This record gives sequence, structure tokens and C-alpha cells, in this order.
Amino acid sequence: MLPIGLSFQQAPPISVPFRFFLTAPLFLLAAATLLLVEGPDLMVHRHSAAALAAAHLLTLGFSSMVMCGALLQLLPVLGGVPLSHPGRMAWLVHAPLVAGTLGLALAFLSGQALFFHLALIFLGTAFGCFGLWLASTLRKIRGGGASIQGMRAALAALIVTVSLGLVLAAARSSGLTIPYVPLSSLHPLWGLGGWTTLLIAGLAYQLIPMFQLTAPYPARMTSRLIPTLLLLLAGKTLGEFLPGSTGKALSLAASLGLDAGYLWFATVTWQLLSRRRRKVPDTTLQFWRLGLGLLMLSVGIALLAEVMGDGLPEPWLLMLGVLALPGFILCVIQGMLYKIVPFLTWFHLQSAYPGLGIVPNVRDIHARFHADRQLALLAVALAALAVSCWLPALSRVAGLLWMAHALWLEINVLQAARIFLKVRRVARIREAH
Amino acid sequence: MSRISQYLSAEHYQCDNLFAEAECAVAEARWEQAAPLYGEFRTETEQHFKREEEVLFPAFEQATGLVGGPTEVMRSEHSQMRRLLSRLEHALASHNAEQFLGEAETLLTLMQQHNLKEENVLYRLAGQALADQADRLLEKMQALEASA
Repeated sequence: MLPIGLSFQQAPPISVPFRFFLTAPLFLLAAATLLLVEGPDLMVHRHSAAALAAAHLLTLGFSSMVMCGALLQLLPVLGGVPLSHPGRMAWLVHAPLVAGTLGLALAFLSGQALFFHLALIFLGTAFGCFGLWLASTLRKIRGGGASIQGMRAALAALIVTVSLGLVLAAARSSGLTIPYVPLSSLHPLWGLGGWTTLLIAGLAYQLIPMFQLTAPYPARMTSRLIPTLLLLLAGKTLGEFLPGSTGKALSLAASLGLDAGYLWFATVTWQLLSRRRRKVPDTTLQFWRLGLGLLMLSVGIALLAEVMGDGLPEPWLLMLGVLALPGFILCVIQGMLYKIVPFLTWFHLQSAYPGLGIVPNVRDIHARFHADRQLALLAVALAALAVSCWLPALSRVAGLLWMAHALWLEINVLQAARIFLKVRRVARIREAH
Repeated sequence: MSRISQYLSAEHYQCDNLFAEAECAVAEARWEQAAPLYGEFRTETEQHFKREEEVLFPAFEQATGLVGGPTEVMRSEHSQMRRLLSRLEHALASHNAEQFLGEAETLLTLMQQHNLKEENVLYRLAGQALADQADRLLEKMQALEASA
């Protein structure tokens, strides 16, 4: 069957992705506020109640929020598979994701079973609907390049992450006995190293050469890396459950393989970016560079942890989490956000009112200095958070910096939404006359 | 990849290069170099549009019966890009770097997602539907190049 069209009109209305993009910085703000309130208590241990609440505000409330919004927007256009009920779909994913994330954060902080149950229901609904939509859309896209393969692998990792999360939450709320130690380390591994990183890699294969005018990623990477990482994640999972030295050896080998894979991706992307044909400075590029640098650092610490076994002190493990989650993942996702938000604003206006001479260009929508300052603030906030792993007394300062960063991001996205509404209002008045 | 797809994708690559050079010249305020570089980019882009609109799209529509489908969307994106090209020209003539770079970034994003859709979907379909006429169509496209 031939695709019906390649039309932007078959993309969902702008309100679909924008509700996700406008909500995400608020969860970043919530995580930062928690850091400010809890201060050193949050930095004591990566499994402290406050640290778990903050981590889930970031992973569910920020990164998954942005990624779901972006995929609901991009996939129908790029894959030529329209979203049949965009408004209903957005509502079915967005509202329960918001409620479930809040519920889970409250559950960790209060320890009350009721909140865990609510979080289970809402997050199960959000990811259930999103996963079903993603699976059915990916199935309709014939063949597809490395990016589509990346999305398929990311979806598989999302299913594992959510399943492990649901089991962990059910166990916490009901007192069910489960092998807590392996599950609680596999859940973040599948979430950060699987769902998020595989999706980022898949999108990077397409977006980096496209927007930074670099050479394409080498074919041996695009054909092998993502499937191999998925296989290694499965190997690691198996290793954690196999008894004795076989299990330990498998787990260690898979971890080392994963580290090598992430490092390969970071190095190749860095090299591509440094040889890009487009020479004009671009803030997105700086977000990527910072993110990739942090990915390399976090792989370094992960290697150290694997070599030393249980001997690595807690601050190192905490810092590993900081470098990977608010570090690598937040940087790259924000870099993408600064490309997507202005372009969507411009494109929706331009497509709806082609003859209108007043649609501002993407730089006017996101004045460049906004993104530059945003990046600088992010770098300072990250540095403060990293230092807080060793000096917990600094954590409230880090919290304040993160709050400023989150607010600024929210203001920038709001600014784009405001421009959209203003231009649309003017256009409608002109049309009426 | 079909030969039609190879030929037109290579043009995308060439246009990207010219775009990057013109954009860089403006960013560095090398206006004397920017004008011819931009001129070359615009000419190449227009030629590419012409090959698609006058040769590929009509042949595709005739072979598949798909009129008003993907080709129509591509035509409408071409006209959006043409509007941006005019704005870029205006910014270049008035040496307004800020406006030029803003419009250029907009054009780059639009152009890249347009090229992606063409390369991933339209050229692939055209390659299948027009396999038996590939030689004739390529000749026709190259002839446009010579007369442009």
C-alpha cells in the first residue's frame, strides 16, 4: 500500500506535543524543589526515598514526557502513518503520566501503599496506551531505517523497564518478597541504558547528520550497535539471576560490553560533530557535546564500579547517576527540545497561514541567547550537583540552581506557545476581514 | 537505492554543502563571498525543484495515478522554501546577518525534514513505479540542468 501522504496536516495538532513539552520542565522544577527542601538527606544514598522520588520526577516527568510528546508528533509525519485520534491519544498518555509521576513521587516520600497503587494504575495506563500506539505504528512502517529499528528496540526496553517498575512498586506497597537487589539495579539500567539511550541513538542516526550536516553514521554502527546493546541488556539480566560464578561472569561481561557500546556511540557522534560541514555555532550542538562528554565520564565511573565490585564508595555511585541522568540524558533531550519547539511553532503557523507575512523565524521564536544561557545554567547546576555527591552541604545550592534552570526552560517553551497563539490570533482576525 | 533516487539524493547533499558555505560566510560577515555562494545555492536548489516538479512528479503521478497525494505535499513545501529563499535574498541584499541566519536556520530545518521524506518515501516509491523509464527520466532531468 502506498502511504496516503507526507503531509504535515496528517501530523497531530500542535497542542498534542506542546502539552508534553510545557509540562516536562515543571517536573524538573519539582525535582529541583525536592533537592532544595531535602538538601543533604537526598544525597545520602542513591536509594534514599527522596533520591528515588527525584529520579522518577526526572525520568518519568521530564525525559519520558518529552520523548512521548516528540514521538507522537514526529512518527506520524516521518513514518507516513497518521495518528487517528490525536486529541484522545494525547489525553490518554499525558494525563495518566502526570498523575502517575506525581503519585509515585508521593509514594516514595510518604511510603504509603495508596500512592503506590495509584501510581501503578496511572503509569500502567499511560505506558500501556503509548506502548500499544508505538507498537502498532512501528508495525505499519514498512522496513524502515536504523532509526525505526532503534525505536523498536527502545520500545522493547520500555516494556521491560515498566514491567520491572510495576513489580518493584507492587512489592513495596504490598510487602511482597521479590529479589529486590537485582531488580532495583536492572530497572534503572533498562530505563536509562535501554529505553532512553536506544531511542536517543536511533534518533541521532537520523537527526545528527540531518541538522548538523555531518557524514552519516558508519553502517557497521547503525546496523549492529542497537541490537547488540539490547542483547547485552538481556545478557546482563540473565546474569543477575543465574546462580554462582557463571551468573557473575555473564553479568560482568555484559556490563563491559554495554560500556563499550555506549562509549562507541559517544565517540563516533563526537567525531561526526567535530567534522560537521555546517560551521555556524548552534546551541543544540553544545548541548550534545556536553551530553556526550558526560556519557563518556559516566561510562568511566561505571567501569570503575565493575572493576572494584562492591568496593566503590557511595558518592561515586551517586555521581554515576548524576552524570547519566540529569547529565547525559537531560542535556541531549533539551538540545532536541530547542530544535523541535521553535520549528513546530513556525511550521504549524506557516502551514496554516501560508500567505501570512508575520510568522517569525525559528531564531526569533527562541532567541539564541536564551538557549545559550540555558546551557550555561545547566552546566553550572550539573557541576554543583556533582560536587554535592561529595559535599552534601552544597546540595541546597544545587537545588536553587536547578530550580532557576527549570524555570528558565519553562519560560522559553511558554514563550514559543505565546508567540504561536498571538500570531494565530492576528491571522484569524485578518482572515475574518 | 534506485538510480533516480541516487541522482536526486546526491543533489540534496550538494545543496546542503552550498547552504553551509553561504551561511558560514554570512555568520563571519564575509558579504562579498556570501552573495555568490548564496546565488549558487539558490540556483542549484531551484534546478533541483524544477527537475522534480517538471519531470519526476508528473511521471510519478501518471504511473501511480496518485494525483494530489505525496507529490502535492512536496510541491507545497517547495513553495514554502521558495518564500524563505526570497526572504534570505532580501536579508542578504540589506546585509542583515541576524535576519539571514534566522531565516537560514528555519530553511535548514524545513529542507532537511523535506529531504528526509523524499529520500525515505517518495524516491523509493518513484524508483519502483518508474523503474522501466529511469533512463529516459534521468536524461530529461540532466537536459534541464544543461538548459538552466
